[in-house]
Amino acid sequence: MTLKEKIMGSQIWKSIFRHDFEDTPSNRGKVIRSNVFLHLHPLRIPEHAMKIRFTWCMGGITFFAFLVECITGILLMFYYHPVIEYAYMDMKYLQFDVPFGQILRNVHRWGAHLMVFTVMLHMLRVFLTGSYKKPREFNWVIGVVLLTLTLLMSFTGYLLPWDQLAYWAITVGTNMGAATPFFGVEGPFPIVDKFNDVRFVLLGGTTVGANALLRFYVAHVIAIPAIVFVGCAIHFWRIRKDGGISRPL
Amino acid sequence: MAEETAAALKAKARADKKKKNPHVWPELPFKELMCAVVVMLVLIVWALWLDAPLGEIATPSRTENPAKAPWYFIGLQEILVYYDPWYSGVILPSIIMIGLMAIPYLDTNPKGVGEYNFSARKFAMVNFLFGYFMWMFAIVVGQFMRGPSWLFFWPWQVWDDSGHHDEVTLFNIDNKTSIIALAIYALVGFVLPKLLKMKWAKNLDWTRYIITISLLLLMYLVPVKVVLRQIFHVRYLIATPWINF
Repeated sequence: MTLKEKIMGSQIWKSIFRHDFEDTPSNRGKVIRSNVFLHLHPLRIPEHAMKIRFTWCMGGITFFAFLVECITGILLMFYYHPVIEYAYMDMKYLQFDVPFGQILRNVHRWGAHLMVFTVMLHMLRVFLTGSYKKPREFNWVIGVVLLTLTLLMSFTGYLLPWDQLAYWAITVGTNMGAATPFFGVEGPFPIVDKFNDVRFVLLGGTTVGANALLRFYVAHVIAIPAIVFVGCAIHFWRIRKDGGISRPL
Repeated sequence: MAEETAAALKAKARADKKKKNPHVWPELPFKELMCAVVVMLVLIVWALWLDAPLGEIATPSRTENPAKAPWYFIGLQEILVYYDPWYSGVILPSIIMIGLMAIPYLDTNPKGVGEYNFSARKFAMVNFLFGYFMWMFAIVVGQFMRGPSWLFFWPWQVWDDSGHHDEVTLFNIDNKTSIIALAIYALVGFVLPKLLKMKWAKNLDWTRYIITISLLLLMYLVPVKVVLRQIFHVRYLIATPWINF
């Protein structure tokens, strides 16, 4: 018995991998079925659905970009303090002191742009192939929610470097909250004052300050990504449940 | 004999189906892996080539001019030129999100699923693509053609305001005229498709028809206002002490 046979015949190996790897139709099914990640796929799929020119792979790339954001984001969290005394200094620290810090931040920033861009293209592809039509209506709705959450994730992250770009972009953005009809202090027909309107909820204050930085940080690193994770799970699961990937009727 | 043939046909059909529906493993996961590798390479090269922007430290007392939103929100910021914040920053984005979610429930045309079929879905395609490219267009203008005080500059122009911008006096259209014009706009929008017996309009029940037309009228009001503002120098259609539109 060779070492390979010994390992692959052991109880430990067999408890992890429940099939052998000979290329047989039965094993092709088992590979997909017995792996929690791979079993997102059905065992068989229409030929056209494997073609890049049909799907553009945009949903997949968006999800991959999200995973890249999670991993680089966790690494960045080791070096970042969400307080105004440190936030900007931490950017400089990443730039000049942390090994590969600048590249880490670059990948995180460009990955976010990529994710927003590919999710927009994904929506375009799904529209062009009519893939939102019965029985897939509700999965499109979840998709629109995920698109919105992607934009919000990116937007909340934009404040964290605490530079001039961030500060004024978020000031402009959250001033829209103050313009909400009824619930914004500067909007039409306000029934609130500036200490309890929509902008105050977003910023934890009337202007962008320490509370806003903390709120955006918590939303950016845990609150929104957690919802996105659950949303993605439902989105992927429903592809299968709502009739699989779209095909000509 | 007949039974045998039936069984043979069935077997053949099953074999055909299997042929048209190949196994996912190993082709699809391999393609996905390759896709991930390519994307990661692109990201790494991009990250080595360009640094993430970092301005000076945030200083609340020193206003940035222009203060631009991140690019994916710059389309909305661009529309701020044409509509007040309560509409362009709050109501319009909300309508866009709700309208997008409503698409599958409004588009009852069963054709064109799983294929790129423009001719069977002309109405849906034209309107969606119009909205989509309007969004892209607003992003491009806002990102590359707006300078200090949100003045217009071509990408190759210097942001110096050396006489590119003549002061334009904007005026408000009288409220009564506007209300009549908007009423005509709405009336035409609601009646014309039915009058011309357009196919898509015939296939929609009343609820779907009214919602579809309302959403489209609101969408096309955006370019209408752009034209009114840029060519006819109109500021507001409706101006009151409480609310402007």
